[in-house]
Amino acid sequence: MRIHTAGENALIAYLGEGQSPEVSAQVQQLCAAVESALGSDLVDLVPSYASLLVIYNPLTTDHLAVQACIREAGQSLAAASTGDSKLVTLPVYYSSESGPDLENLANSAGLSVEQVIDIHQQREYRVYAIGFAPGFAYLGEVDQRIAAARLTTPRQKVPRGAVAIADAQTAVYPATSPGGWNLIGLCPQRMFDPDSDPTMPVSVGDRVRFEAINRSRFLAQGGEL
Amino acid sequence: MSGLLVMLPGMLSLLQDEGRFGYHRIGLTNGGPLDGRAMHWANRLVHNPSGVTALEVSFGGLELEARVDTLLSVTGGDASLCINAVEKEKWRSHKVAEGDLISIGFAQAFCRSYLAVSGGFQIAPRFGSTATVSREGIGGLNGGKLEPGDLLACEPAGAAPCLRLPETDRPSYARHIQLRVIPGYQDYRFSRLQQRRFFAGIYTVTDRADRMGYRLQGPVIECEIEGILSEGICQGAIQIPADGQPIVLLNDRQTIGGYPKIGSALSLDTAKLAQLMPGSTVRFEPISPYAAHNALHLEASRTQRSVIEACDA
Repeated sequence: MRIHTAGENALIAYLGEGQSPEVSAQVQQLCAAVESALGSDLVDLVPSYASLLVIYNPLTTDHLAVQACIREAGQSLAAASTGDSKLVTLPVYYSSESGPDLENLANSAGLSVEQVIDIHQQREYRVYAIGFAPGFAYLGEVDQRIAAARLTTPRQKVPRGAVAIADAQTAVYPATSPGGWNLIGLCPQRMFDPDSDPTMPVSVGDRVRFEAINRSRFLAQGGEL
Repeated sequence: MSGLLVMLPGMLSLLQDEGRFGYHRIGLTNGGPLDGRAMHWANRLVHNPSGVTALEVSFGGLELEARVDTLLSVTGGDASLCINAVEKEKWRSHKVAEGDLISIGFAQAFCRSYLAVSGGFQIAPRFGSTATVSREGIGGLNGGKLEPGDLLACEPAGAAPCLRLPETDRPSYARHIQLRVIPGYQDYRFSRLQQRRFFAGIYTVTDRADRMGYRLQGPVIECEIEGILSEGICQGAIQIPADGQPIVLLNDRQTIGGYPKIGSALSLDTAKLAQLMPGSTVRFEPISPYAAHNALHLEASRTQRSVIEACDA
C-alpha cells in the first residue's frame, strides 16, 4: 500500500494499479476499517477502483496520525473474497429506439445487435466506484468484444436510465445529463432517488447483472421513451 | 410565514451551510460556501454559530423585501449593500424591519458576498445539509439558485445588539494572489522542469470559472501520463488535463476523476481565488503538509481571538 498526500486535510491510499475485483474488495475492507478507526476525526471517504481518499478534520487530528491509522488498518486486510457481495439484477430494454448507439457499436465491433445484447448480459459486473454525478456507478469489466471508445462529441442530453458503455466500463445514467458514453438501452429502475431509502439500489463492491426486457415490460415497469 | 422575499434573485444566489459531508460515496459533492471565512463572519455578526444557513450571492444583483424584523449582515466581495436605497457598511449587522428593501449591487472585482440573518434561514436539510449544489439539483429551496418570489423563511430576531468586525480583522482580497499548494497525488509524474514552470508561472483566471472549479491559463504543464485510474478528488485539488492548463477544483467538483493532479491548494487561499473574476492572476507557491497544517491552526486561532464589537443600530 502506498499513501500519498492529497491535500491539507486528505490522504490517498493506493492498493494497486489496475481495476480488479480483488483490489476493489480490499479497498472496501480498508474503507470500513478506516471509517471505524478514525471516528469523529473523519469527514468523508471516497473509495474508487484501486484507491481510498480519506478526508479528515485538520483541527482535531493531523496527517501523521491519519497516515498511521491507515497503515494499521491496511495491515489487517484479509486476502479478499470477491464473490459474496450483494447481487443486484437490473432490467434493460435494449433496442435502437432506447439505445441510439447500439447499431453503431455492433457494426464497429463486427457483431450483430443480438450478439452485443447477449454479451452485455453474460457478465456479472462489479461496482468499482460511484461518482461523476450522484448515483453514477462505474461497472466493470465489459467484455473486450463490446468495449467501445467514448463518442468524439458528447451528447448534450443523455436520458435518465440510459445504459451505456465507455471503454471497458458500463453504467446506468442516474439522471438526465450530458454524456459521451455509447447508449445501448434503457433501464426502468431509478439508480438514484434522493427521496427513497436507500437512495441507490447498489453501493461500491456490489455485483450487478443486466437482464433484457421487452418494450411492454419496460413501459409497465415505469420506463419512459 | 416570516422571512425575506426574493424580488430580484441576482445572477447566482444560493443558500449554503457549511457543506454536505459523508455522502461522497454515493457521488454527492460537498457544496458549501466558496469563501468560508466570509460566511463565517456573516453568521457571527448576527449572533449565529458558524455554519448556519446563509446566502452566497455571486456577482450580485439581489433584491429582497423583509417580511420580518431581524438582524442582517453582509460580508465578502465588493458588491455594495443598500437598505431602502441607502448604502450601508458591510462586515457589520444592521437592523431591518418589515417592509425594508435590501439590495446587493453588482460586484466589480470580488464576486462572492454572504448575507446572513439572525437565527439563519429555515431550510429543510437534504442529506444532512442545506447546501445547494445546482449540478445535482440538491439543497436550498428546490435544488437550485434563488428565483423571484421565493420566500427565505426566518424567525423574527430578539433585541440583540448590532455587531461589527474591526477592519483589521477582515480578510483582505486582491486581484493578484498567491495560492499555496501542497504537492501531492501524482506530483511525481511531473518532471522537475514542469514543476518549476508551474511554480514560477503567472496564471490568469479564465471565464470558465465556477463553483465546480477555476480553469486558469498560463504556461503549459506537461505530465508523463495523460490519465489515471479514476480516484477521489479532494477540495482544492489541482488537475492538469491534456491541454496542460490547471484547474483548481472547488466545492461543487465531481467526487472522482481521472486527470492527473499536481497537488492541492490551501483552503485559506482558494477562498480568495473564488472571489476572483476573469483576468485576475494567480501564482502558485509550494508548501509542506506541516506548513499547511500550521496555517490552518493559526487561522483558526486568529478567528477565535477576533473581537467583534457592539455598534449602534
